[in-house]
Amino acid sequence: MNQSLRPVANPLPGAGLWWETRASLAFVERNLYLVRRYWHLELAFLIFNVASAMSVLYIGEAQMQASGGGTQEGQLDLVLYLGIGTVVWAYLRAVFANVGEMVAWERWEGTIEYTMMAPISRLAHMLGVSLFSIIYGLARSALLLGVLALFFSVDLSNANLGGAALILLVGSVSFLGFGIMAAVLPLLFPERGEEMTFVISSILLLVSGVYYPISVLPDWMEPLAMISPATYVLEGMRAALLEGTPTLALGPSLLPILILGALTLPIGIAIFGWGERYAKRTGRLKRSG
Amino acid sequence: MVLTLERPSQEMHPEPRVAMSRVIEPAAVVDHVSKVFIQRPLFRRGKTKEVHAVNDVSFEVRRNEIFGILGANGSGKSTLIRMLSTLLIPDSGRVEVFGYDVRRDEAEVKRLINRVSVEASFFKKLSPGENLAYALRLYGLSGPTARDETYAVLERLGITRDKVGEPLEQLSRGMQQKVAIARALLTSPVLLLLDEPTTGLDPRSKLDVQRFVRELREGHDATILLCTHDMAEAAALCDRVAILDKGRLVALESVDGLQRRYAGEIGVAEPTLEEIFIHLTGRSLEDDEGGNE
Repeated sequence: MNQSLRPVANPLPGAGLWWETRASLAFVERNLYLVRRYWHLELAFLIFNVASAMSVLYIGEAQMQASGGGTQEGQLDLVLYLGIGTVVWAYLRAVFANVGEMVAWERWEGTIEYTMMAPISRLAHMLGVSLFSIIYGLARSALLLGVLALFFSVDLSNANLGGAALILLVGSVSFLGFGIMAAVLPLLFPERGEEMTFVISSILLLVSGVYYPISVLPDWMEPLAMISPATYVLEGMRAALLEGTPTLALGPSLLPILILGALTLPIGIAIFGWGERYAKRTGRLKRSG
Repeated sequence: MVLTLERPSQEMHPEPRVAMSRVIEPAAVVDHVSKVFIQRPLFRRGKTKEVHAVNDVSFEVRRNEIFGILGANGSGKSTLIRMLSTLLIPDSGRVEVFGYDVRRDEAEVKRLINRVSVEASFFKKLSPGENLAYALRLYGLSGPTARDETYAVLERLGITRDKVGEPLEQLSRGMQQKVAIARALLTSPVLLLLDEPTTGLDPRSKLDVQRFVRELREGHDATILLCTHDMAEAAALCDRVAILDKGRLVALESVDGLQRRYAGEIGVAEPTLEEIFIHLTGRSLEDDEGGNE
């Protein structure tokens, strides 16, 4: 039997903007395949997230019942306050984790060298990972929101949904920047980088006012809250959803998010580029574990 | 099963892979290249260790050649391959692929090479089909044509349709390595870097891979750089071999040439590559040099 093997196509003509954008979809497609293959883990984490969120919201409901029951005029809807915190954090955490672990994950799978050797720019690589992380974060948060809506009645009649969406969109950019900065850690510290990424997201959770106003934090922690984009995203989301603040009046939250996004994204990309060169100089790209 | 690798069809490959202006000899140049790895202890306690993985190595790989790099574990073979793959930056010297410098022209080099390493670098939970779809997209190839070609190539490598959808971790190591070869094949590299592609394979799979390597050269006009510590494989496949010892190049010649050169010194009319290797390095290939490959 004489059969033939032919290559599919010639990759050399690539390297244009359109070609790079299309190639970046490789990361979206690959990660969707991985989500499908690891569906049992995804389901377990979703159940954990839902249970955690419901526990937090029941604490809020108990607190409201203890203070007279129901939402009275001028009284904070604690359940909605906490609900916004849990859902927004679930989204931001998913975005941060997916981008922040893009190197650690591939190192663990043993594919990092193959991906780094592929004829695709690092910017297109990050674009693909970021795109997937936003899709994944939105899907997870929507599922979480859907389940919470079944158990808790929330009044969004006065909410500014468009303003909230804008805040979330702009906030994603700065979280992508933070994620890219964190992603470099496993390149610099092959054995400890992943843990550092986890520590960063834990600190962001603590200082960003996910479940409480940042005013309750000790004085020394408050500067950390000021540089966390999650602080402003949550403030803006709560203003839009709880108080119905019009979009134009969301400036005090939008402006810091925009500034942080404008700073963290280019700084993150530059740091990653430096980290990659360092790893290639010192041999840290090599698979370990 | 006899497999042949045809040249790409005109409609699939409207442009030559290496532009005519760049059809130059040699395919790869390694010129006085050195690489030192520094291992610093945690919190700077204890001594800093320096490993000279590659020490002032120079050679050229001719176009369409199968060039072997032989050495024991830790001799610097993989370090050289990583430098040619743009995964490692040399400390000194020049590394070029078809005239492109691996540091300065990294993007161009990446479009000309592919690498098959000793560990099949795949997402083990994903199937061969999914892994190859990812790889092809990275190289700008997607759609029904690419998918059909993927199935066809896998089938011709002995991976049937029912295996294409199975997680890769459920396939044998030989099968996984064939998928790695298929991945390299589908992206049509002009320079294929093979880093111990047959290590750990059963004899049948080993022969299959060796046949693919020959056919790739003959059918694709590809240049192949093969790192191995399998002397029989090197003798069977390579036009010329370079022998590395502790990061240094100790011989560079065709297998016949090496046999002629060292026959007298070894005292055997036709010494094997293994005997030549032991004569030149004073060690067997199984010895671990303890370096950082």
